[in-house]
Amino acid sequence: MHVPDGFLDAGTSVATGAVAVVGVGLALRGARRELDDRTAPMAGLTAAFVFAAQMLNFPVGAGTSGHLLGGALAAVLVGPWTGLLCLSVVLLVQSLLFADGGVTALGTNITLMGIVGVGVGWLVFSLVQRLLPKRVGLVPVTAAVAALVTVPTAALAFVGLYAVGGQAPVPLGALTATMLGWHAVIGIGEAVITGLVVASVVAVRPDLVHGARRVMAARPLEVRTVPAQSREVSS
Amino acid sequence: MRTRTLLLVGLLVALVLAGVVSLYASSEPDGLNRVAGDQGFSRTETDHRAADGPFAGYTTRGVDDGRLSGGLAGIVGTVVVLALAGGLAWGVRRRASGESRDDSSDERTPAGKA
Repeated sequence: MHVPDGFLDAGTSVATGAVAVVGVGLALRGARRELDDRTAPMAGLTAAFVFAAQMLNFPVGAGTSGHLLGGALAAVLVGPWTGLLCLSVVLLVQSLLFADGGVTALGTNITLMGIVGVGVGWLVFSLVQRLLPKRVGLVPVTAAVAALVTVPTAALAFVGLYAVGGQAPVPLGALTATMLGWHAVIGIGEAVITGLVVASVVAVRPDLVHGARRVMAARPLEVRTVPAQSREVSS
Repeated sequence: MRTRTLLLVGLLVALVLAGVVSLYASSEPDGLNRVAGDQGFSRTETDHRAADGPFAGYTTRGVDDGRLSGGLAGIVGTVVVLALAGGLAWGVRRRASGESRDDSSDERTPAGKA
């Protein structure tokens, strides 16, 4: 969904650039509360993984492909503010180093895939998590549901921007329908990948998954007695 | 699993995805490009300002072998993103202060404040 230069007019690009600057500024402050010595390396890894996964276009039929956006994935793994920083770094490197996504459109892409993708992903995840029983095993499914929603939502956000500043006259109804149609299908891939990745991390280290904190805190403490000779193993 | 092991395994997976698996990714246009073509606004796309860069288009300039060129670009990108995002996160992280060391996850998570 990387918007190239030239799709949107200068005014819209400047506006989304300002939105992106404010969003990243807020994220720099908010991420401080999410990051410590343990989770900061996870943020680097999450960004690297999102970059790698975005290279993997999967076919969705009729000569069209899609790839992971990663907003919901990053939000659930490292938290929404840190997730926005991760996506912003990915989009910056893609644009400047790989010519993927326009330079003047960088603000647009951070707005769509970062602010909308991560923000909607985290809001839906939080909402669904409140409705479901507090079980760590439900975190991957909840993340997948959030991921499913983010892709068509980001597509709709693009339609909104195009309605304001599109450089070619395009019937909005047809644009909305086709953007939503393709990205609903791509959202299924987003949900599957997000669910699998979150499940993998939750399986080995649920304590490192930001979105699992709330449900882990709800788990009652167990008192276990450890035989004397096996004590040295635990560390 | 130790944190270090998880990070190393995760990085290895990312490098394999970007360096090898990406060579088998679909080269069909993505959703937005498809719609732009169908609706007739792909023609407004302008040349990319970074199109002459050494890794533009996920290829490595000067490397003739297509697979090596693409794989190298993917690996370089993964490492650059890891360094930038990891460094940024390390820079803004909450330092463990001497007065109140809480090793458990604290309650001040900004959940829902977005």
